[in-house]
Amino acid sequence: MSLAQQSGENRMALTGNEAVAYAMKQVNPDVVAAYPITPQTEIVQIFSSYVADGEVDTVFERVESEHSAMSAVVGAAAAGARSMTATSANGLALMWEILYIAASNRLPIVMPVVNRALSGPINIHCDHSDSMGARDSGWIQLYSENAQEAYDNTIQAIRIAEHADVELPVMVCQDGFIISHALDNLYGLDDETIRAFIGTRIPRYSLLDVENPATFGPLDLQDWYFEHKRQQAEGMKNALDVIPAVAKEFAELTGREYGFFEEYRADDADVVMVVLGSTAGTAKDVVDAMRADGHKGGILKLRVFRPLPAAQLVRALQGKKVAAIMDRAESFAASGGPVYKEIRSAIFDCEQAPMTSNYIYGLGGRDIRPEHIREVFNQNLSAAETGHIDTPVRYLGVRE
Amino acid sequence: MTNSKSNACSRWETPKPDATWRDVPRAGIIPRGGNAAEYETGDWRSNRPIHDAELCIQCRLCWVYCPDSAVMTNEDGEITGIDYVHCKGCGICAVECPKDGAMVMVPEEI
Repeated sequence: MSLAQQSGENRMALTGNEAVAYAMKQVNPDVVAAYPITPQTEIVQIFSSYVADGEVDTVFERVESEHSAMSAVVGAAAAGARSMTATSANGLALMWEILYIAASNRLPIVMPVVNRALSGPINIHCDHSDSMGARDSGWIQLYSENAQEAYDNTIQAIRIAEHADVELPVMVCQDGFIISHALDNLYGLDDETIRAFIGTRIPRYSLLDVENPATFGPLDLQDWYFEHKRQQAEGMKNALDVIPAVAKEFAELTGREYGFFEEYRADDADVVMVVLGSTAGTAKDVVDAMRADGHKGGILKLRVFRPLPAAQLVRALQGKKVAAIMDRAESFAASGGPVYKEIRSAIFDCEQAPMTSNYIYGLGGRDIRPEHIREVFNQNLSAAETGHIDTPVRYLGVRE
Repeated sequence: MTNSKSNACSRWETPKPDATWRDVPRAGIIPRGGNAAEYETGDWRSNRPIHDAELCIQCRLCWVYCPDSAVMTNEDGEITGIDYVHCKGCGICAVECPKDGAMVMVPEEI
């Protein structure tokens, strides 16, 4: 009997969107403001029915754009409310200005992001160009492999965001359609357990506290702006301690353990594929099949991209022969994708750093199949033998 | 920034010269209200409004429209002049003034 069953968790069949909407219902945020965009729309649509049915106490604001949605939750969060919104792709892009304002005002907003390709050409399907573009906005970013992880990450995100040492907003990312619209089996905690786990938000200051008035977001020029950015950087650094601490408590409730990343058959692997999101699931199957043939492949599935767990990545990839780094986004740097750049930079500190290769794949929802993953492993197992990678950055699954 | 108008609810003053990023309130929050008056914006001005009390008809449109509450009044609500410590010289008062010459903008002298 699993701990999930022992602890009385409910087994559910939900899509990623349904799972996150259900998590939001259990969180029962004070304020949700949102604007619809495919493939996120369902989350807020389902949540709005919880509001209409009186199953939550949330003030639900329908706004005229994502810029307004993020602005509204910034105001609500500054007032001390536990505030959430959700978006995808161009909606996230329209929030851009306010993403930075949310983070720099240290507002613990939690936002499910259903990853979708940024236009143009216009496309509604999965890639990570939206959230990868926002990687330097000051938000914590958690990536999910399936509906269970999207649910679990949403619950944990509340605790991470609101922790006194962090006070930063969190994006909980899941792959558009592949996770958001696919039915999955998962366990869910009961409402009371969730509410005990997340507790009540105790804001440092509140716009509505007339006994203790405060000025939010004042002009901050050459004199103190830099110090406030330094504080913000420290909050992100502190998240490296808080994220595992929250995960540990969550594991005590559920038995489901979350690290900065998950290593799958990576211990003795010659080639480790670094990947985030749903592709990790496909890659695990491929690794199992390869192992049966005696080929040493492994997976490092990155859950936390912001903050980047650089020291832990150094330890995990130390001594491996090749790290094959997967990017579901093109950064147009003419030298590789964003995950590649970050991992490659982090493992520069390894005493024995692995060789690295980069695969840009799955843009605009292009299917990523087991044979693609196998191709990556085959190329990099050869490189491990020859000690040479002739094409570091490749496009996987494009018509060459 | 001056503290000349600090009020009773003040719990935080301008940081001391040796303060670091660890010492100042997070996110730049100023943990008291009513402090905008302490920020002197008058030196942003490149044009200065001149109020002529003789020509002024006391319609108070300048007072209504001023975005910085920089049009001063007496106890009876009559316009008495401009608060040059805060006036940014935007010129809205002069545009809204219906009386020729009662509120005119002149270049600041350097």
